[in-house]
Amino acid sequence: MTLTAQQETVDQADQPLLRVHSLSKHYGMITGCRDVSFEMRPGEVLGIVGESGSGKTTLLNCLSGRLTPSQGRVEFNASRHGLVDIYNLSEPDRRRMQREDWGFVHQNPRDGLRMRVSGGANVAESLMNLGRRHYGDMRQASLNWLNRVELDLSRIDDKPRTYSGGMQQRVQIARNLIHAPRLVFMDEPTGGLDVSVQARLLDLMRELVRDLGLAAILVTHDMAVARLMADRLMVMKSGSVVETGLTDQVLDDPQHPYTQLLVSSVLQI
Amino acid sequence: MAYVAVKGGERAISNAHALLEESRRGDPSVPELLVDQVREQLSLSVDRVMAEGSCYDRDLAALAIKQSAGDVAEATFLMRAYRTTLPRFGFSKPVETAAMAVRRRISAAFKDIPGGQVLGATFDYTHRLLDFKLAAEGADPVAPAPQALEPMVHPLPTISSVFSHENLLEQEARVEGDDEPFDLTREPMSFPAGRDQRLQALARGDEGFLLSLAYSSQRGWGNTHPLCGEIRMGEVPVEFVPDELGFPIEIADITLTECIMLSGFAGSAERAPQYTRGYGLTFGHNERKTMSMAIVDRALRARELGEEIEAPCQDEEFVLYHSDNVEASGFVQHLKLPHYVDFQADLVFLRKLRAEFFDRKSAAEAITKQQMEPAE
Amino acid sequence: MSSQATDAARTANSNSPERYYTYGYLDEQTKRMIRRAILKAIAIPGYQVPFGSREMPVPYGWGTGGIQLTAAIIGPDDVFKCIDQGADDTTNAVSIRRFFAKVADVATTEDTAEATIIQSRHRIPEHPLKDGQIMVFQVPQPEPLRGLEPREMETRAMHAYEEYGLQYVSLYENVSAFGRIAATAGYPVMVDERYLMSPSPIPKFDNPKLHNSQALMLFGAGREKRIYAIPPHTTVRSLDFEDYPFETQKWEESCALCAADDSYLDEVVLDDQGQRMFVCSDSHYCSDRRAQGFRGPMAGHELVDIDKDADQ
Repeated sequence: MTLTAQQETVDQADQPLLRVHSLSKHYGMITGCRDVSFEMRPGEVLGIVGESGSGKTTLLNCLSGRLTPSQGRVEFNASRHGLVDIYNLSEPDRRRMQREDWGFVHQNPRDGLRMRVSGGANVAESLMNLGRRHYGDMRQASLNWLNRVELDLSRIDDKPRTYSGGMQQRVQIARNLIHAPRLVFMDEPTGGLDVSVQARLLDLMRELVRDLGLAAILVTHDMAVARLMADRLMVMKSGSVVETGLTDQVLDDPQHPYTQLLVSSVLQI
Repeated sequence: MAYVAVKGGERAISNAHALLEESRRGDPSVPELLVDQVREQLSLSVDRVMAEGSCYDRDLAALAIKQSAGDVAEATFLMRAYRTTLPRFGFSKPVETAAMAVRRRISAAFKDIPGGQVLGATFDYTHRLLDFKLAAEGADPVAPAPQALEPMVHPLPTISSVFSHENLLEQEARVEGDDEPFDLTREPMSFPAGRDQRLQALARGDEGFLLSLAYSSQRGWGNTHPLCGEIRMGEVPVEFVPDELGFPIEIADITLTECIMLSGFAGSAERAPQYTRGYGLTFGHNERKTMSMAIVDRALRARELGEEIEAPCQDEEFVLYHSDNVEASGFVQHLKLPHYVDFQADLVFLRKLRAEFFDRKSAAEAITKQQMEPAE
Repeated sequence: MSSQATDAARTANSNSPERYYTYGYLDEQTKRMIRRAILKAIAIPGYQVPFGSREMPVPYGWGTGGIQLTAAIIGPDDVFKCIDQGADDTTNAVSIRRFFAKVADVATTEDTAEATIIQSRHRIPEHPLKDGQIMVFQVPQPEPLRGLEPREMETRAMHAYEEYGLQYVSLYENVSAFGRIAATAGYPVMVDERYLMSPSPIPKFDNPKLHNSQALMLFGAGREKRIYAIPPHTTVRSLDFEDYPFETQKWEESCALCAADDSYLDEVVLDDQGQRMFVCSDSHYCSDRRAQGFRGPMAGHELVDIDKDADQ
């Protein structure tokens, strides 16, 4: 075995995919998030739940390299660099890592898509960013993925502004999964959609995550979404993590009064 | 039929220049326009050319206007091109508009201000009726305007000083450290642009463009609801410190127009709310330009004042990149240059696309026709 | 000018009528500033170096970038050629050539092989360039991504991060819409496999001439205030897909005057009944071939040169 191959096996086996250590973000007097620590393994889905103002979006932005924390570390097992503090990378390196190893599904698909460019091109771009240069292959891969996210294939050359919200979100998902990322961040991915559309999309996402063995961090205020998608939960209130554990445990047997409040206020369907 | 390509580009250009000279002069039986006449009697054109040409010299501006047959943009270009050849031997001290020998000073913010509303020479209250007396030669000499009984207050207090007691108007921020203002005539534009770069670009910018942007902001495309704090026009001394002397000497008196626009309160947790300011300054007498400049300056401060940027007049890149009429005119008019090589490439492409379209169409028609024919 | 007159002009002091302007029009400080920008550009092939472009006696958009580059590097021993759309006798080329003949006391030529500096708008000459020659391109829009992204702050970041997704996406869209990449002039290239560059609006036919050339290529955009460069023997690759490779234009016709079948052809409209003929865009290439005896079907008698007659 070559040294690098050896190293890689060691990497996969012993290293966490993501290791967060005492992460905090302050805006002057206001705390965005405070002292967050956790680890993730490949294939895990972590849900971050809380009401608006809980700090979950700030935390997500710090974790995904979009917001420099005030304190703490975010270490990720990157394909090019191994386990590395992402804020120690140069900006070009960090951005390249975001393109190659990660996906980010925004709540509003307009933030995660090029609206003036066709659906197919949006999806193929993730492959072109990896250096792929065969149009026919990429178009086919794009079609396959759009099929997988249950989009009408005759619409592949239309621009996303002609799609419904649900369709736009499907394209965003395809764009963020086609390059087989190690970690996908999702910010209220079904937030802006009709209830029926949400349900179908959630089923789709859960299937994809399972099939691909994806690791994902999902931010949501919706406990039902959390139960459906996440293996583990972190509950946030006013910038701090008040409770963490396996999803079913946290939701069926909440310990912290705030978690109890959250869980009890969800309509049981 | 043989084709004979004629070479004669150089001769054609020379002939065109000669024809231009003739056309510029117009009817030779009409007396020649003198540079002095332009300087004295078309003084507002001269002022505009000095401002946009970024060069204070009334005679040169007048010459440029004569040479360009009255095309102010063309004259501005001449001034700029000439300016490039001038060596720079230093910077003046910043001029003190508070010490201006005022010929005109008004404020819309107060009915009366210390020193009074000095109307000066202005078109503002004239009735815009063509005066056919001016068409006849000898309508001048004009009767001298009446003189006041006492001299004006000098120096005339500024609007800033009026507000300063209650601190109602923000003070201009002093930039720490860097005393050298950005110079657009030496370095390319750079974004995000500091206020010095913005103001310089606006001062040289096209009056029409800035006027339209200012207008748009008043009509709701942007946040500026300006109030004219003060406009003043008159002469200020220009001082220069030669290295050999080490103290300032006056080297010129120049005419400037200055406008301060008051706009929206701004404040924060630490600072009490105050009026914010938009600033305009030009060479010569250019009120429309200075007012527009002040409004656009204020609009462009949106970023530093934490305002939502939603309108074109607040968009730094949009405004500053397109404000220079020498650049704009050059690029728009360059379309007159031959483009036939690119056009040829385009034609080849278009013909190919059309050929494919018609091929596809006739292929489709052939199939349809076949399907419609009864089987044999 | 006669050689006596040339000598007098060269030695005249700067206040005399022969010498109202400094050599090459620009002052020495400005030339130094431009040369520094050129050196930086050569050190980073394909990277757009901002420079303090000056107002010239020629309008922005009409070649001020190229003129400033030439003015900064030209010397009395240079031989200057100037073309526009490939021809030496188009009006703007004539105007610029006369400018340098006057302000730089320099010999001018139409012969590509003789020239040391070739300033060009929108074409590269057909005759291969040699070591020691410099091409100066006039560039209207230096930013290859400008048509896709109007903001300078965004495009600057894209170059810095080597994030050219926007460009690739646009090529993808071309193929899905037209079945091919649509750009025909100003076709984007990758220089030294690092920077995306606009080769200026030359037809894509000329792109291969940029790759691994013996000559130094300088690009100047006066109005946009950018200089960039391709040093000799640099890799220049026109963007394409593996299954939609880069192709140059081809004509069915050859040059009606000199019968060349390997040059870029201009279409000349003969009447309004649709009669056309095709002629070499590179006027010197064509005249050189005719001088060697090559004749196309439409070649006439010896060409009348009105300019030459006038000067005698």
